[in-house]
Amino acid sequence: MKIPITVKPGTTARVKTGNWRELYVPEIDYEKCIGCSMCEKICPEGICFSTGEKNSKGKIFFEKDLDYCKGCGLCAEICPAKAIEMKREEK
Amino acid sequence: MPQKSKYKAPLAHLVNPGHSACAGCGMIIASRLVLDAAGKNTIVTNATGCSEVTTTQYPMTAFKIPWIHSLFENPASLASGISAVLRKRGQEDKINVIAIGGDGATFDIGLGNISGMWERGDNVLYVCYDNEAYQNTGYQSSGATPLNAHTTTTPAGTKSFGSQLPKKNMIEIALAHNLPYVATATVGYPLDVIDKVKKTLAIKGPKYLQIYCPCVPGWGIEPKDTVKVSKLAVNSGFYPIVEFINGQLARKMTISKQEPVENFLKIQKRFKHLFASPGGQKEIARLQVIADYNIKKFGLI
Ligand SMILES: Cc1ncc(C[n+]2csc(CCOP(=O)(O)OP(=O)(O)O)c2C)c(N)n1
Ligand code: SF4
Ligand code: SF4
Ligand SMILES: [Mg+2]
Repeated sequence: MKIPITVKPGTTARVKTGNWRELYVPEIDYEKCIGCSMCEKICPEGICFSTGEKNSKGKIFFEKDLDYCKGCGLCAEICPAKAIEMKREEK
Repeated sequence: MPQKSKYKAPLAHLVNPGHSACAGCGMIIASRLVLDAAGKNTIVTNATGCSEVTTTQYPMTAFKIPWIHSLFENPASLASGISAVLRKRGQEDKINVIAIGGDGATFDIGLGNISGMWERGDNVLYVCYDNEAYQNTGYQSSGATPLNAHTTTTPAGTKSFGSQLPKKNMIEIALAHNLPYVATATVGYPLDVIDKVKKTLAIKGPKYLQIYCPCVPGWGIEPKDTVKVSKLAVNSGFYPIVEFINGQLARKMTISKQEPVENFLKIQKRFKHLFASPGGQKEIARLQVIADYNIKKFGLI
């Protein structure tokens, strides 16, 4: 029997960890977002990202991907503009 | 209902999601920051521990760069070999070699191999993500565990306040090898981590970066408090953020308002026993002495 010892890069992406969230889910207020990218730096899942689109103040706003978000709340903690709120998630 | 969004994450980082690190894990934040800062022309060797176990459940990997795991104690030796090949092929300046290990891998089990790599002067950045215990196997104490921390092998109880040994000074051990670059950082200040990785990779030779990474279950904290605990460790003086170039203190993260060490301790279950008895107050005072000493030693205020 032969077992390959290499695997394809980035393949964990098929595991959707969004079902790890317990009570809270982050909500990003696009209008309050200043586009600083701190949520992108801190998110343990690496799924806070720039949408490339601008809000009414001309700032590029960020979004998160709920397919993977584990609901840790770090994005909300680090956001200097307080644009991210952890809201109770109804499932 | 989960919110619907028309946007999808581009998965542009060098560590993909879908890994099984705990919600709020400091280690995985550090891994991503280090790799993104280093860029795709990087080869990583990884010790055994949470950084390996949570990212590479066979037949998958979260990494998008060449990444090799061999043994718990081995990332330094493996990186030495890779750097020798790159030198021979004249590719040393084009490809970064980074060895990643936890504190158990670094302070204890891999220490001899790391020392050999440093002695030979191999062109490798060694990154220790310091979560202050053998977390992956169930929170046993390591050489990096701080004084008075409860771990499963240093349980706090009627006869003990937890670990009776102070943290091993790995920074001094690195400095004793005359490395051109030695620094600490923490995921609580991600921009500093990125800065340091970029800066150190421009230096040829052996480099050491120790990143303070809270562990949610091991420290008994809320996932959302990973940043807060890191900042309290820094701003109490308990975990000084320093940078040495050619053995000289080149930069340090100064403290604008010193936090009492108590504020750092009280949000972690691994220290909660210290608040339960009068004897514990004495132990808190001993930890305050360590913080005050660091502040004085590095001139942090
Ligand atoms: C030689 C050897 N001894 C013990 C183990 C079991 N082991 C696997 S991971 C681990 C803990 C690693 O601790 P650390 O390096 O601090 O990383 P962390 O798990 O905290 O991320 C241990 C003891 C092993 N894999 N190999
Ligand atoms: S709650 Fe945690 S996992 Fe979810 S987007 Fe924010 S930082 Fe990422
Ligand atoms: S046990 Fe600790 S280090 Fe390991 S994945 Fe969980 S938070 Fe991270
Ligand atoms: Mg550890």
